[in-house]
Amino acid sequence: MPPSEAELAPRIAQAEKLAVALGLNQVEDRRPDALSRIEALLSALAQQRAADFGHRVGLTGPPGVGKSTLTAALARAYRERQRTVGVLAVDPSSTRSGGALLGDRARMAFDPEDAGLFVRSLATAGETGGLAHAANAAVEVLAGAYDRVVVETTGVGQTETDVEHVVDTVCLVIQPGSGDVLQFIKAGIMEIPDVIVVNKGDHGRLAQRAAADLTGALDRLRHAGMGDEARIWKLPVLVTSARDGVGIGELIDALDAHRASFSASGLIEKRQRGRATWAASLFVRLHGEHGLRWSGGRQKLVEHMQGALTGSSGPGTSPVGAAAALSRAYLQNLVTSG
Amino acid sequence: MAFPPGARYVTRGHERHATIGAAAHHKELFVSSTEKKQKERPWIMRTYAGHSTAAASNELYRTNLKKGQTGLSVAFDLPTQTGYDPDHPLALGEVGKVGVPVSHIGDMRTLFNALPLDQMNTSMTINATAPWLLALYIAVAEEQGVDRKLLQGTTQNDLIKEYLSRGTYIFPPAASLRLTADMIAYTVNEVPKWNPTNICSYHLQEAGATPVQELAYSLATAIAVLDAVRKGGQVPEAELPKVVGRISFFVNAGMRFIEEMCKMRAFTDLWDRITRDRYGVQDANMRRFRYGVQVNSLGLTEPQPENNILRIVLEMLGVTLSKDARCRALQLPAWNEALGLPRPWDQQWSLRAQQILAFESDLLEYDDIFNGSHVVEAKVRAMVEAAAREIEDIEARGGVIEAVESGYLKQRLVEANATRLRAIETGEQIVVGVNKFVETAPCPLTENLGEAILTVDAKVENDAVASIKKWRAERNAQAVSEALTRLRDAVRQGVNIMPPSIEAARAGVTTGEWAQALRQVIGEYRAPTGVSGARIDQSTGADNVTALRARLSELERELGRRPKMLVGKPGLDGHSNGAEQIALKARDVGFEVVYEGIRVTPEQIVASALEEGVHLIGLSILSGSHLALVPQVLEKLRAAGLGHVPLVVGGIIPEGDARALEAKGVARVYTPKDFALNNIMSDLVELVAGRVRPHAAE
Repeated sequence: MPPSEAELAPRIAQAEKLAVALGLNQVEDRRPDALSRIEALLSALAQQRAADFGHRVGLTGPPGVGKSTLTAALARAYRERQRTVGVLAVDPSSTRSGGALLGDRARMAFDPEDAGLFVRSLATAGETGGLAHAANAAVEVLAGAYDRVVVETTGVGQTETDVEHVVDTVCLVIQPGSGDVLQFIKAGIMEIPDVIVVNKGDHGRLAQRAAADLTGALDRLRHAGMGDEARIWKLPVLVTSARDGVGIGELIDALDAHRASFSASGLIEKRQRGRATWAASLFVRLHGEHGLRWSGGRQKLVEHMQGALTGSSGPGTSPVGAAAALSRAYLQNLVTSG
Repeated sequence: MAFPPGARYVTRGHERHATIGAAAHHKELFVSSTEKKQKERPWIMRTYAGHSTAAASNELYRTNLKKGQTGLSVAFDLPTQTGYDPDHPLALGEVGKVGVPVSHIGDMRTLFNALPLDQMNTSMTINATAPWLLALYIAVAEEQGVDRKLLQGTTQNDLIKEYLSRGTYIFPPAASLRLTADMIAYTVNEVPKWNPTNICSYHLQEAGATPVQELAYSLATAIAVLDAVRKGGQVPEAELPKVVGRISFFVNAGMRFIEEMCKMRAFTDLWDRITRDRYGVQDANMRRFRYGVQVNSLGLTEPQPENNILRIVLEMLGVTLSKDARCRALQLPAWNEALGLPRPWDQQWSLRAQQILAFESDLLEYDDIFNGSHVVEAKVRAMVEAAAREIEDIEARGGVIEAVESGYLKQRLVEANATRLRAIETGEQIVVGVNKFVETAPCPLTENLGEAILTVDAKVENDAVASIKKWRAERNAQAVSEALTRLRDAVRQGVNIMPPSIEAARAGVTTGEWAQALRQVIGEYRAPTGVSGARIDQSTGADNVTALRARLSELERELGRRPKMLVGKPGLDGHSNGAEQIALKARDVGFEVVYEGIRVTPEQIVASALEEGVHLIGLSILSGSHLALVPQVLEKLRAAGLGHVPLVVGGIIPEGDARALEAKGVARVYTPKDFALNNIMSDLVELVAGRVRPHAAE
């Protein structure tokens, strides 16, 4: 008999691996009747921890820059600093078969006896709206168990902009000599990251040069008034060599500093905004284009969700609950309007 | 027609007279007595051998030498190859299985007991720990009173192909290349008759490489090695031609023996050019393409294994027929390779094949019989051009190290292998006895199946563990500690690794200790798997795949999640092709596959299975350590609450062992005869379905 959500939540909070795994299995369940159980689990989990507990970091960037090696190095360094870590390796690649090859784990060599480290691979192929609902929910489960959650995503474009809703700190990883910087500036993605890492620092001068170029470009952005003037946070550009373990300490310092720059209420607010986006994505996944139009478009939908999460339906409402509530309203409307 | 003076001849009119009493002459239609060809000396004949213990292997070598073998080819066990002592946790089930364990100078002494090293030509298949094994060999030669300048042999020492297919690497690519360069710099003057490295294309073919890929990747590796030596500065510019002259290769020869022969001619051509143009070697002798061969083993079949001896003979032709591109040394696998470790009789049979070709046929009496053939020349030219382009491409990517680290080369091999397997599965490529002509009478050679392969006594491992503990207790701890410190310092300071390694050998340091000292300074490496980015052509034979995909989607709707499968290789076996192809096919069919890679412990497998919430676990083991490792995994799965997750195993597993594993709880066992991946996938889907519990989110 599978454990109930009420039983599972405290075990997850104790970082019991089997419980965490079961919790993750549950939130990945896509059967329609699973939603209410997921709702129950997430609510129970939310009660186990303060709303500003822990730190959620997203590592994102184009393929081939060494993200999985960097994630592994980061996790190891966190562990050395006595932090517990949950890693979510998200693979958005889609194949016609619906299958996925989750090979990140093979690049990381971890101590299987370490109870303070958990690594989960998640395939989000075919999900509309960037990072999947399942990824959001998975982060909640891991965040309920571990001090630090590292979300590693691959790919360019859409996925990068979505990871900002799921984590507190976005770390963009690029490699030297790739010309990525220019692409990102053009695509407007430079607004998103809180920390930038130039990996493969073992490439010496090329890496230093890339970092210098980047800092220059960001400065110019700010001066041209294109950047967010109100952001007090000064965007650090770091050089690492994940392979040789260089620069990781500095990276953690930068990540910790970003976390510290939030007040408790500021962080909670940010996470709430992320949850609203999640709820919106879930609604769109359930009801597609038609549902999106019915709710008045993406912007309106997110605003509605924000309201639902903070106010009227009670503070305990989770994104899943908010999406479910709107879903019921939508379906009702379909029925009554013929 | 004018005949040269002194010629003996027989014309048709005189045949009656010529045939009386002189049977040997009737082959000679025209022979000049003054020009009678000196028959070329045959190549070196070896059999890759070694198992259980140094003493047992020593006996085997002495027997093989008596049978006419002219060189030794040492097979080491996996712990020795990957730098672990017999009592290390990762050595469990691996000691003495695929080769001989050599943990210290005592073992090396025993291995070459009564074999004077000045008379031996010893090829050692050793890579990551090559500097150490050579150090041990040199130390033993010293004890025998043999001048190291007389030592002849080879250390394989090609790390690139380890990353790409064989999997016994330890350190990252740049560090490996540095150690290789150290050995080359050391031997060029100290052990001048030694071949410090054997660049291997053999394993690339076994991993699915096409002939052009074999050519290009191995030559690119040779370039990387020579560039590293040149840049390293340990060898003066004037000595470089000597170094180039000592580079040798280890090549594969497959069933398409005409193409293989052309490939060897292409190798000869390309190497001549590279050594002359890139390294400025003027002496044509130094530019000769020197290579040894083992013929293709992957193509040897489990069904109708008796056919394999015929395959072996035909494959031998590709590397012996063309005199100008003939191998220097030849190793033949045994007919029963797909069943397990060959016995002495099996090895003898293959050796006889070589001897019959060399001594009974007239092959060695002729100059190259293909010179002037426009067919061969055209084919060779085409291969040379294609390979040259590939080499340029790799150089453009930053060289072979970069191409390894980025996963590019591995991915190409995985794709080539997938194409080959698909061709066999669809019947486009015929394998007699496997996908065609499969009816067979019972094979008398495998009647007593247990006897058809050599099994390694489990006692061997226990003895080795006891023995090494004794060794450590009885040696001079101070000397060992000092030697290890000097070794670590040498690594840190970039000093040549050979002298401190030889010292360490004399002091009684063990294999595991040597490797660990280097790991402490250099660190360990996990190579790219090549699977994540690999794309296979989906167009052919897709029908069952469509049906399978549909079933899997159905299963997803029932389970609530996409079926998820863990694929990994426990133990030290690094031959990952099978696991990679299963992973790719499973993804093709719609599984989410968590590919764990090689050298994972039972603890890691269980931890991964738990964290990933998998519905199925697939393990691949080819080293024979399955009986030790698989039950451990099963036990730990149950302890972790995952006893309900089906476990399947694939590899070189004898029938009896397969039944034993099933009795312990393994759901299915797959061996080389299960080449139809679609059938395996069908099985796997049903296994996952069978475990579905209706209302649970599993």
